[in-house]
Amino acid sequence: MSSLAFAPVSGRRRRTDKIARGMVALLTGVALVPLVLILYYLVKQGIGAISLDFFTTDPTGSFLGDPGGIKSAIVGTVLMVALATAVAVPVGVGVAIWLVEFGRASKLAHAVRYFIDVMTGVPSIVFGLFVYITLVIGNVGGSSFAAWKGATAVALLMLPIVTRSAEVVLLLVPNALREAAYALGAPRWKVVFRIVLPTALPGIVTGVLLAIARAAGETAPLLFTAAAVNATAFNYNDSMNSLPMLIFKNVGQAQDRLVTIAWGAALTLVAMILMLTLLARLIQRRSRLS
Amino acid sequence: MEAGTLTPAGERRSALHRSPAARLPDRILKWGLTALSVGVIVLIAYFFVRLIVESRPVFQQVGVVNYLFSADWVPSKELYGALPLLAGTLITSAIALLLGIPVAVAAALFVTELAPRRVRGPLTVVVDLLAAVPSVVYGLWGFFFLIPKLQPAERWFADTFSFIPFIGGTVTGPNYFVAGLILAIMILPIASAISREVISTVPGEHKEAALALGATRWEMIRMAVLPYARGGIAGGAMLGLGRAIGETIAVTLVIGNAPVIGGSIFQQGYTLAAVIANEFGEAASNELHKAALIGAGLVLFVLTLCVNGVARAFVVRAERGTRAADQPAAGMAT
Repeated sequence: MSSLAFAPVSGRRRRTDKIARGMVALLTGVALVPLVLILYYLVKQGIGAISLDFFTTDPTGSFLGDPGGIKSAIVGTVLMVALATAVAVPVGVGVAIWLVEFGRASKLAHAVRYFIDVMTGVPSIVFGLFVYITLVIGNVGGSSFAAWKGATAVALLMLPIVTRSAEVVLLLVPNALREAAYALGAPRWKVVFRIVLPTALPGIVTGVLLAIARAAGETAPLLFTAAAVNATAFNYNDSMNSLPMLIFKNVGQAQDRLVTIAWGAALTLVAMILMLTLLARLIQRRSRLS
Repeated sequence: MEAGTLTPAGERRSALHRSPAARLPDRILKWGLTALSVGVIVLIAYFFVRLIVESRPVFQQVGVVNYLFSADWVPSKELYGALPLLAGTLITSAIALLLGIPVAVAAALFVTELAPRRVRGPLTVVVDLLAAVPSVVYGLWGFFFLIPKLQPAERWFADTFSFIPFIGGTVTGPNYFVAGLILAIMILPIASAISREVISTVPGEHKEAALALGATRWEMIRMAVLPYARGGIAGGAMLGLGRAIGETIAVTLVIGNAPVIGGSIFQQGYTLAAVIANEFGEAASNELHKAALIGAGLVLFVLTLCVNGVARAFVVRAERGTRAADQPAAGMAT
C-alpha cells in the first residue's frame, strides 16, 4: 500500500503536463515575436533616414523634392511634453499626497480615487475632443490651434498615471517615519515636504518618467489641438509640430521619401521613449522602498 | 524633557502649543490639496457635461436610437448612423481579446511558475517594453509590414475555413483582423502585467499542497493557481478591453476606414475612435457633423466607463474571493 504513495505518474498525465507546459512556453515565445519584429523593422527602415541633417533641418513639406529633416518635430515634442509635465506632475503628486496624508479612507477620497480611475480609462482621443471643445473652438488665448492646448490634452492624459503611481509609493513610506517626525514636534507640512516626499522621491520619479514616456508617443490628443506645422516654433501660442503627428501625416503619403522620414522619426521617438523607460526602471531598482 | 511642560497647570506654555500663525502653513497645505483633489472631480464632471451638451444637436436631429442603430454613416448626406463604427469597435476589440489574453496569461504563467529564475527578470522587461512603443509606430508597422505580409495567409485561411461564419469571402488589405491583431499586441503588456501580479499572490502553501498530493506542474497550475487568480485575470482582460476600445491612431491606419459593416473579419470597417481622428478636421465647418463626431466620443467615453467599471468589480471580487479562500475551505478543487 505504502509504495502506491509514490506510484509513478501515469503516462497520460505526464503527456498532458508536457504538452500544456510546452504550449505555455510556446505562447510566451509568441508574445516576444512582435517586439522583435517591430524593433528589427524600425531599425532596418529607419536607420537609412538618419543623418546629422535629419536632426538639424525642418521638414520642407514638399512632396517631390527634398523632404527635409525632423527638427521641428523633436523640438515640438520636447516643448509640449515639458509643459504637460510641468502641469501634470505638481497636480498629480499633490492629489496623491492628499489621498495618502489627508483623505485616506474618507468618502471624498474614495470619490477622488474613482474619478482618477475614470480618467485612466478615458481614450486619449476623447481628451483631444474635450480640449477642442473647451479651448480651441472659443479661440482661448487668441489662437485656435496652439501648442499649450495640445500640452493641456497631454497633461490630462498624464495626470492619472502620475497620481496612481505616486499614491502607491507614498503608501509605502513607513508610518514610523511620520510618527517619529510628529513626536519631535514637526508640523504637518514639514513632515510632508521633509520626510514623506524625499523618502518617496525615487518612486515618484519613476512614475513620472513612465508617464512622460507614454505622453511623448501620443498622437490622438494632438490631432486637433496643436495641429501640425513644418517650421520650428518656440511660442506656446502657435501650432507646433511633434514626432507622432509627423509620422501619422507621412504614413498616408504615397511617396517613399516621406515614408522613410516617418520611419526615421519613429526610430528616434522609440529610442527616446525606451531610454526614458529604462532610466525609470534603473531608478526604481535603486530605490529603497519596494 | 520635563513632564511639567505638558501639564496645562504650569505657567509655562505647553511644548505642544503652536501659535495660530505657525499653524497656517498646515491649513494652507490641507485645504490647498483638498481643493486640488475636488478640482479633479469637477473637471471630469464638467468634461462629461460638455460632451453631452456639444453632441446634443445630433441626438436631437437624428434621435439616440437612430444614431446608435442605423447603419448609414454618410456625412455628405447628413446621415449619421453610428452602427458600423460601434460594430467595428466591438469586433476589433473582441478579436484583440481572443488573440491577446491567452498569450498574455501564458506569458504571465511562464514567468511566474515555469521559467528558470534567471530569465524571469529579462522576460518581464521584454514583455513590458511592448508598452513603450507608441501607437502611431504600431500603426506604421501594421501598415507597411503586417498588411502586406499577412494577406496571403489571410486569403488561404478565408478559403480553407470558409464554412465558418464571418471567415469566408473576399479579403481586403486593411481589415478587422489586422486591426484586432495590432490591438492584441498593444493590450498584451497591461493584461500580462496584471495577470502576473495576481498569479504571484497565490499562496505558496496552495501550490505546495497540490504538488505534495502528487499533482504534476500543469495540474498544480490548473487546480491551485488558475482558480485563485481567475478574477484578477478577468479584471486585467477588461482593462485591456478598455484600452482596445479607445485606441485610435494604430487602428485608423490599418482598418480601412470604410463606414460599412464588413461581411467577414477580413474586410474593412471603421471604429468610433478612428472616425473622430479622420473626420474631425473637415467637420469643423459643419455643426451637425461635428456634433455627430463628439457624439461618437461620448459613446466611446461611456463604453470605456462601463468596461472599466466591470473590470474594477472583477478585481474587487477577486480580492474578496482570495480573502475567503484564505479561510479553511471544505473542498479545494472539484
